[in-house]
Amino acid sequence: MSDNPRNPVNVKKRYALILFVMGIFVFGFLYAAGIFGDPGTTAQKFVNLQQGDKPHYSFRRAHAKGICLQGEFISNGSLAPFSTSEFFQRSTSPFIGRFSTAGANPLAPDLAAPVRSLALSFSSESGQRWRTAMNTPPVLAVRTPDEFYQQLVALTPDPATGKPDGRKVKEFFAAHPESAAFNQWKKDYIPTSSFATEQYHSINAFYLIDSQDNKHAVRWAAVPQADVQPMTSNMATGAPDALQAEAEQRLKHDVIRFDLMVSFANATDDENNATIIWPKERTTINAGTIIIDTVQAQSGGACNGINYDPLVLPTGMKATDDPILKARGSAYAESYRRRARESLLQKKDVGANQ
Amino acid sequence: MSNVNSFPTSAKLLHWISAVLIICMLFIGVTMIQSLAVWQNSAIKLHQSFGLLVLILVFLRLTNRFFIKTPDFPSDLTYLQSLAAKSTQILLYALMIALPISGLLMRNAAGLPVSFFGAFDLPILVAEGIKTYSLYREMHGLIAWSLFGVIVLHISAALHHGLIRQDSVLPSMLFKFRSRK
Repeated sequence: MSDNPRNPVNVKKRYALILFVMGIFVFGFLYAAGIFGDPGTTAQKFVNLQQGDKPHYSFRRAHAKGICLQGEFISNGSLAPFSTSEFFQRSTSPFIGRFSTAGANPLAPDLAAPVRSLALSFSSESGQRWRTAMNTPPVLAVRTPDEFYQQLVALTPDPATGKPDGRKVKEFFAAHPESAAFNQWKKDYIPTSSFATEQYHSINAFYLIDSQDNKHAVRWAAVPQADVQPMTSNMATGAPDALQAEAEQRLKHDVIRFDLMVSFANATDDENNATIIWPKERTTINAGTIIIDTVQAQSGGACNGINYDPLVLPTGMKATDDPILKARGSAYAESYRRRARESLLQKKDVGANQ
Repeated sequence: MSNVNSFPTSAKLLHWISAVLIICMLFIGVTMIQSLAVWQNSAIKLHQSFGLLVLILVFLRLTNRFFIKTPDFPSDLTYLQSLAAKSTQILLYALMIALPISGLLMRNAAGLPVSFFGAFDLPILVAEGIKTYSLYREMHGLIAWSLFGVIVLHISAALHHGLIRQDSVLPSMLFKFRSRK
């Protein structure tokens, strides 16, 4: 108590003790926050690499260029035995989505992008949400976020030439034989003249959860109903927004339709490895039709505020332990945080009026 | 003037449970926003649920204060010292309330609900919007770092009372494991 005799020698030691304890506490917190040393591959490092030296403010750091879309998913109920999700009962769910092209530059020509995507955010009346970000390649080149980071490093253009260093790229893929399926896809892939005639893949696998709480590992793809049309000469001469313009034009005549094709893993498939294509014989169910009826510019569009984080899943679905799938959440969140802050502060750059 | 020199067990329990939860949440929070690890998504979900739990605990503590006698500060504290003590306490409560609420609102602004351990979803309180999201997201970070700063002051002061001044303050919040005289 306060009337205890105070020993002046002890006081010094005790101050030192307090300082030591609090020092460890503060140091521990700063260390956890990644302020000291090299915290390894983080979401921040990923997004830094994606955005490069000159970030395009207020734009997504990956797939910066895109167009908002709206429509509905008409589920035919055939997935209902495998998932309790409202979205897979016989139902119609509206969505806000986005067609986009890969890259950090919101002004890049549409046809120059090696990858195209379709992202969808479904909502149900009871407040359930499901978000998916699908790409044209069906697989990834590598299995883990660290390797994926190294892949991006290898593919980063050399500032001197403006192109990736061919030797580095070769070395990377030679060191990663698991990239074979991805590279085969890349070799065989022929870009079409429309967002509406591409096939978009979930890439990672997810679990459907049935009413008995059984897990079913699946991947899905949005498979176009429209036939591929040849590139028009207009497009080939390089209108920068060729794909966006084509989508607008197409919607004047008809809606854009995709079948949602869901493939089930069998016991030999590893649902946590997104580098391997599942064989065509796997059970595949047509879950319903994705119908897109409108597109709008992304600036001020309904999709602009949406972070298409594929880990936003409804009741009746779960994420697998695929390390890249699990890493997408925090990388997407970091990109979202940055562009949200720039929107709030109204930071502008050259691409901001696009 | 109250005539107690220690907090009642209810207040001590609530204090120490909150302390452990809040410090864990702060450490998990700054770690998970960088992490690309497989546990990250589960951490985010638990962070949301525990955030709501912490908010409930804060209101329980505030309510509890109406029913208990709290010990006075030692009489030999200067005016400035008791003012500092009092304002730190108020600041702690304000930040402990603002932190989970900003977290809830940032998630709502991103168009998503907060779930309480999967048992139920809280209602969505603000409309979806990227600027609103940013406002609450940045607030959430700032409040978290401020709370950590005030907690450092709080623990330092508690240790100062306990080890240097050796007054009644620190024991008033500690459990007495030995039988009383």
